[in-house]
Amino acid sequence: MYRDLAYIALFAALIAALGIIPKITLASGVPITAQSLGIMLCGTVLGARRGASAVMLFLFLVALGLPLLAGGRGGLGLFASPSAGYLIGFPVGAFIAGTVMERWKARSVVAAAFVAALVGGVFVVAAFGTAGMAITLDKSIPEALLLALPFIPGDMLKATAAAAITAFLARNRPESVLSRG
Amino acid sequence: MISLTSPIETPYHGLPAGQKLLVLCAFTFAIFLTSRLDAHLAAVAFVSGVHLGAGIRFTLLAARRLLPVWPFLAVVILWHIATDDLVGGTVISIRLVATIGLANLVTMTTRLDDLADVFKTLLVPFERIGIRLDGLEMAIALVLRFTPLLLQRGTMLVEAWKSRSRRHPSWRIVFPLTLLAIDDAERVSEALQARCRAEREGRSWHVS
Repeated sequence: MYRDLAYIALFAALIAALGIIPKITLASGVPITAQSLGIMLCGTVLGARRGASAVMLFLFLVALGLPLLAGGRGGLGLFASPSAGYLIGFPVGAFIAGTVMERWKARSVVAAAFVAALVGGVFVVAAFGTAGMAITLDKSIPEALLLALPFIPGDMLKATAAAAITAFLARNRPESVLSRG
Repeated sequence: MISLTSPIETPYHGLPAGQKLLVLCAFTFAIFLTSRLDAHLAAVAFVSGVHLGAGIRFTLLAARRLLPVWPFLAVVILWHIATDDLVGGTVISIRLVATIGLANLVTMTTRLDDLADVFKTLLVPFERIGIRLDGLEMAIALVLRFTPLLLQRGTMLVEAWKSRSRRHPSWRIVFPLTLLAIDDAERVSEALQARCRAEREGRSWHVS
C-alpha cells in the first residue's frame, strides 16, 4: 500500500514539475509543455488504477487552487474553461494507457508503451478535449475537432518520448514499471 | 507552495466554502441552459458586481487571472465574424468570462484547507466503491513536499545541460527527472513502511 501511495504521489509531483520546468523545446524549436507527457507516463509506468489515481490527485490539487498547471495556472476556473475536456480526459487517458500496458505483456515494452500512450494519452484525451471545446464554445464536434487537431502532432511526439522513457525505466529500474509487474 | 488564494481580504473570504461552491454550480448550470444575449449580459453584470464589491484592487487582480482566456475569446470572435454570427460569438464569450470569472473568485476567496474539507466530504461516497481516502492526506502532503524538490532538480538538470551545450535544453532531461522521481518514491515507501512497522510494534521511530 505504501509503495503505491509513494509512487502515486511522486508521479503527481512529476506531472506538476514537468509543467513548470522552463525551456523544453522540440528539435523544430517549438516550445512544448511536457505535462501531457507526464499523464502518458502515469499510465505506461504505473498502470491503469495507480496511473489514473496519480492524475486525479494532481487534478484535485489543481482544483483546490494550487498553480500546478503549465504557466502557473490552477483553480476552479479551469474546469469551466475550454480546456476542461482535456482535464477530465487526463485520468481517463492514463487509465486506458495503463490498461493497454497491462494487457499487452507479450509485446516489447517500447512497442506496448507507444501504443498505450498513443491510444490513451493522445486519442482518448483528444476525444475528451474535443467534446469539452464543443460544449464550452458551443460548436459542433467536427468544428471543435478543427481546434483540437493542431495539438495532435506534438502529442504524437510526446507518445514517442513516453515509450522511450518507459523502455529506459524497464531497463534501468525494471521493478519500477508497475504496469508490467 | 503558494496557492492562488488572494492575499487581499474580501467579505467573501468569510463565507462557507460549501455555499460558495453551491452558488458556482447553480450559476454555471443556469447559464448553460440559455443562449439569450440579455440573460448573458445580466450574468456578466452580476459577476462584475460581485468582484467590484470586493474592491478595485481585487477586481484588477481577478481580471489578470482571466488573461489565459483571451486567446480562446479571440478564436471564438474571429470564427463568428467569419460565419456572420456575431451575437452567437458574443454570447459564448460572455458565458466563458462569467463562468470562469466566478469560479476564479471562489478559488481566490477560499482557503485551501476549507476547499479540501468540502471536496473530502464529497468524496466520502466513493469509499463504498473501494476508493481509500485515508491515504489522501498523506498523498497530498507528499505532492506538496516533492513538487518544489523535483522542480529544483529539473532546473538543475536544465542548468547542467546549458553548461555543457550551446543548444536549448531538450525534452531528454525528462529521462533523469523521471529516474529521480522513481528513486524518491522507493525511498519514501521504505520510510513509510519502517514508520508503520515501528508504530505497530509500539516503538518510537525517532532516533534518540
